[in-house]
Amino acid sequence: MNSILKPGPNTGAAQAIPITLTINGEVRHLTVEPWTSLLDLLRDELDLTGTKKGCDHGQCGACTVLIDDRRVNSCLTLAVMKDGASITTVEGLSQGDELHPMQDAFIEHDAFQCGYCTPGQICSAVGLIKEGRAHSAEEIREMMSGNLCRCGCYVNIVTAIEQVIESDGARIKEAAE
Amino acid sequence: MNRFSYARPTDVAEAVREVGSDPSARFIAGGTNLIDLMKYNVERPTRLVDITRLPLTTIDKADGGGLRIGALVPNSDLAYDDQVQARYPLLSDAILAGASPQLRNMASTGGNLLQRTRCLYFYDTATPCNKREPGSGCSAIEGVNRIHAILGTSSKCIATHPSDMCVGLAALNAKVHVAGPSGERVIAMADFHRLPGDQPERDTNLGPQELIVAVELPDEDFSKNYSYLKLRDRLSYAFALVSVAAALKIDGGKIAEARMALGGVAHKPWRDTTAEDMLRGKPAEEASFKPVADHILRDARGFGHNDFKIDLARRAIVRALSQAAAGTPQTQTDKRIK
Repeated sequence: MNSILKPGPNTGAAQAIPITLTINGEVRHLTVEPWTSLLDLLRDELDLTGTKKGCDHGQCGACTVLIDDRRVNSCLTLAVMKDGASITTVEGLSQGDELHPMQDAFIEHDAFQCGYCTPGQICSAVGLIKEGRAHSAEEIREMMSGNLCRCGCYVNIVTAIEQVIESDGARIKEAAE
Repeated sequence: MNRFSYARPTDVAEAVREVGSDPSARFIAGGTNLIDLMKYNVERPTRLVDITRLPLTTIDKADGGGLRIGALVPNSDLAYDDQVQARYPLLSDAILAGASPQLRNMASTGGNLLQRTRCLYFYDTATPCNKREPGSGCSAIEGVNRIHAILGTSSKCIATHPSDMCVGLAALNAKVHVAGPSGERVIAMADFHRLPGDQPERDTNLGPQELIVAVELPDEDFSKNYSYLKLRDRLSYAFALVSVAAALKIDGGKIAEARMALGGVAHKPWRDTTAEDMLRGKPAEEASFKPVADHILRDARGFGHNDFKIDLARRAIVRALSQAAAGTPQTQTDKRIK
């Protein structure tokens, strides 16, 4: 018998756990089951559907968010483990009606087609700039390799990120420190 | 994913006790591999012990002059640490050759050592796999085995260890500090991972309740002549078909000391000290490297789709040693191989 058909042990051990997360600047007191991924919490419980579920296995980067300013795959993150952390999703990047410079640059350079990978691309690119280690198109390509785009908009994505590094990179990195 | 209970201890002794309270409990840190395996029902722990609140997050000078890396240091912080970049650039390069920036931000030092094979049959619960279900058989030996091992295989398993970081650690003679119910012990990197033999379900020699608390790098200088060469199906964010960590100490054009480990070819980082001995005293040039590559691959065996790895590994060894000898390590950004 293959293991997927075996009854799961201990299935009754449902245990909702109270946690506190700061999500896009707002403190949220939540109760989560331990197996809830941060991605599912954001999308299904909090209606923050900007963060996308692509592969759900950490291979595509569509679910990228910033936790305490570092980019991570929210699909491989258990929400319960991030108790106390600060989460930024694509919904939290703009200041009121003013888009983040990275969002403006993606629009200006037409850095998407279907748009499904775009929130993850943008959050990842903001994380990349906060890290401050990409200084050339080559380095951007390598350090954005965790975000796949099936439409193949890579050339314009790199151009958009290059522009933001040139115009706002120092300011964004400084704000992260 | 199956249901599980959750604990969040704050000290090592409590974590070891917690994991001992339930035979199928697992430690979790970065979660990048365990949660993935849980989503595939390959791993089905009934209790997760979250160790991310343990005080294992710093990189410190070790007693013998080396470096002691806390088990919870994220892969990205380790790769970009000033001391690691200055003293152990081979390790830094090996880490940056693996995964993606997001995953490196999440993955821990200890967890990287414990990641499991990416053998497609191990992941596919509809197929037999001796590593997943001991005694069920190996689907890879006569199956699709392009990514599989060519060295140290057994009739039970031909899986490879997926880590790049561990290949660097093996070449650098790292030690693994672990804590368990009966105290702490130290395991040499060479003895940490296992060959599959008759027990492919055991990846490492870690005891069931033991927790990695630190990885120690010895006080040795391989910061001038080194290279981490990784060959894979795409230029980034892919597991190695073959990788080579090479480090040399050169004195007057002759090799004073050589270190080498291979990834993507075996169930553990493949280190052959007899090959390293062969290099001692030889001129640091290509002619010295070819016989060594042949020697390392002397018992290599392919399984059909992965036959190409034998020649690929041979040439990768020569190239990585040549890069190390020239002091021109493979860059992890511009992937062109020079």
